[in-house]
Amino acid sequence: MKRTPFIRHSGKIAVLPVDNIDTDQIIPSREMKTVGRTGLADGLFAGWRYVSADDRTPNPDFVLNDPEHSDATILVAGENFGCGSSREHAVWALFEYGIRVIIARSFGDIFFNNCLRNGILPIRLSPEKTDRIMALTRDTTFVIDLPEQQLHFGDSAVRFDISAYGKRLLVEGLDPIDLTLKSFEQIRHFHREDETLRPWIYRAVH
Amino acid sequence: MSSKPQTLFDKLWASHRIGSAGDGADLIAIDRILLHERTGGVALKMLAETGHAVHAPSRVFAIMDHIVSYRADRAADDARSPGGEVFIRETRNMAQYAGIHLIDSNDPRQGIVHVIAPELGIAIPGASLVCPDSHTCSLGALGALAWGIGSSEAEHAMATGALRVNPPPQMRITIHGELPEGTGAKDLALHIIAQHGASGGKRCAVEYAGSTVENLSVEERLTLCNLAVEFSAFTAIIRPDDKVFEYVEGRPFSPAQEYAHRAAEQWMALETDEHAEFDYELSIDASQVVPLVSWGTSPAQSSAIHTPISQKADSRAMAYMGLEPGAPLAGLRIDGAFIGSCTNGRLSDLRSAAKILAGQKVASHVHAVCVPGSQQVKRQAEAEGLDIIFKSAGFEWGAPGCAMCFYAGGITFPPDARVISSTNRNFEGRQGPRVRTHLASPATVAASAVAGMIAQSESSKPEIDA
Ligand code: SF4
Repeated sequence: MKRTPFIRHSGKIAVLPVDNIDTDQIIPSREMKTVGRTGLADGLFAGWRYVSADDRTPNPDFVLNDPEHSDATILVAGENFGCGSSREHAVWALFEYGIRVIIARSFGDIFFNNCLRNGILPIRLSPEKTDRIMALTRDTTFVIDLPEQQLHFGDSAVRFDISAYGKRLLVEGLDPIDLTLKSFEQIRHFHREDETLRPWIYRAVH
Repeated sequence: MSSKPQTLFDKLWASHRIGSAGDGADLIAIDRILLHERTGGVALKMLAETGHAVHAPSRVFAIMDHIVSYRADRAADDARSPGGEVFIRETRNMAQYAGIHLIDSNDPRQGIVHVIAPELGIAIPGASLVCPDSHTCSLGALGALAWGIGSSEAEHAMATGALRVNPPPQMRITIHGELPEGTGAKDLALHIIAQHGASGGKRCAVEYAGSTVENLSVEERLTLCNLAVEFSAFTAIIRPDDKVFEYVEGRPFSPAQEYAHRAAEQWMALETDEHAEFDYELSIDASQVVPLVSWGTSPAQSSAIHTPISQKADSRAMAYMGLEPGAPLAGLRIDGAFIGSCTNGRLSDLRSAAKILAGQKVASHVHAVCVPGSQQVKRQAEAEGLDIIFKSAGFEWGAPGCAMCFYAGGITFPPDARVISSTNRNFEGRQGPRVRTHLASPATVAASAVAGMIAQSESSKPEIDA
């Protein structure tokens, strides 16, 4: 399945100045209502975004409910963003809501990979750079150039790192399954050899 | 060929490495894939939608555990959250369509995925296992290479039989000394996380080694490895020894008799060579471990129950938990107690709680629930009469599954309830909106349920000098 390529993005930031935002906060389990990856945006940050779990009145103190931030497409957070449960729904919810880039000091591993597979660019920056971005005024526009690995805002430009593979997935909008299937002969060959070494794995009881 | 000494992890990695996948990553062969209805059904569905077939259906297992009802008399479709039936039904349908193993809600083999994978011999030494669930690291306790992935990676593993993975850095945590009376693997795990922080595992493959680990039972090792992800480890792993080989023998998906000898020979070699190098090494003195209870909203925020919580404690966590710095946890009134989960829902856990509950009653204001981790654990516990002890003490005795370990909607503890729980996550809202979770060992949960407040069992009280 081909995805929309991610090349350049410009948008506004919303800052969540909290460490260890786990995937339960990004999308509480109760908000995962269907077996699928859509219909999740309403549940994004539901615990913080609404006054209570049942009453969907927006909580005015939550950054994405601030009219000046409601169109933000870039999230900025502290350490270990997306830790906790492996639920990919967190990334699907963010994407469906419109988030395209997440800047943080560090990320949960599974979450980070899930972003790359689903068209969201996760950017790891040093604490100093993250703090500098967090302190910016809310109307600063950010331009992210993925091929160049540059982040522009105001008069500043910051370079960020990304693996060549992650970059390729995003820039070309590639499906990782199709990429791996290109090596399918090699995989098959490995299995055939391995089966002679560890037959018990391949001849499972039915 | 170089004869560089290898770690246990290196050996597991090498035996599954198909080749380089470029950019520092390797293509790793996946032996067995586990799915559950919460995150696995969607992987099966995406797979069907994109027209990919399951590469090796006989090596994929779908299990109902996360949102099945924990009512003792549940029907196969009953969910504990409104609308949850959809996940159960769709996962069942998709599993049947894909031709993979299905372990349905009321199957005698059913239980929490990380509890039944060892029970059924799905997790065995030397195997690579993945599951779209972060606590898959538990299975490293058997000397398996097991880690949690996302749903679309599960789809990937099913379609291709392999995953592209960056080799993680490696850490060895050597634990020596004897665990004091009244403490166990849960206290040890919380001790390590509290000492080194929730990021202390630095995304490493963590090998637990040392005499303390060797002395742990297989079930205790599963508990220790279960919490590795709360320590930000990629996964955890323990050298498989005779205890493990004995444990694995004769289980439904373990190597058939004809292969048992060859398998054992290979498994014996699964150990870290002398002089092998790790990126990080930690050492832990087990004799310093005390019964721990979490006070905050990260497992790292745990302390001995009589130690006053620091004045510098994270104020957001303290506010959420309704605590004031300077006071200890001991004596805090609780509203709920939960024993179960993939952390502490095995037979030895239930035994340790039952020892404390025998002849006792849960305080009248405490809502106490025990949910065995699997049907097998439940049957064994009932054969020993543990269910009678739990029930006469005032515990609800539920049907196997994740139950109150996480909130999925539906009935749970009320907002602001203070709950002591044998689970692994105390994040905000984890057990319900505004529910305050205190993580602890099953023994501490049982002692607290009886006391009606945070307390520890008699045997683990510090000796006070007269
Ligand atoms: S018991 Fe809890 S931690 Fe374990 S798999 Fe179930 S929900 Fe996850």
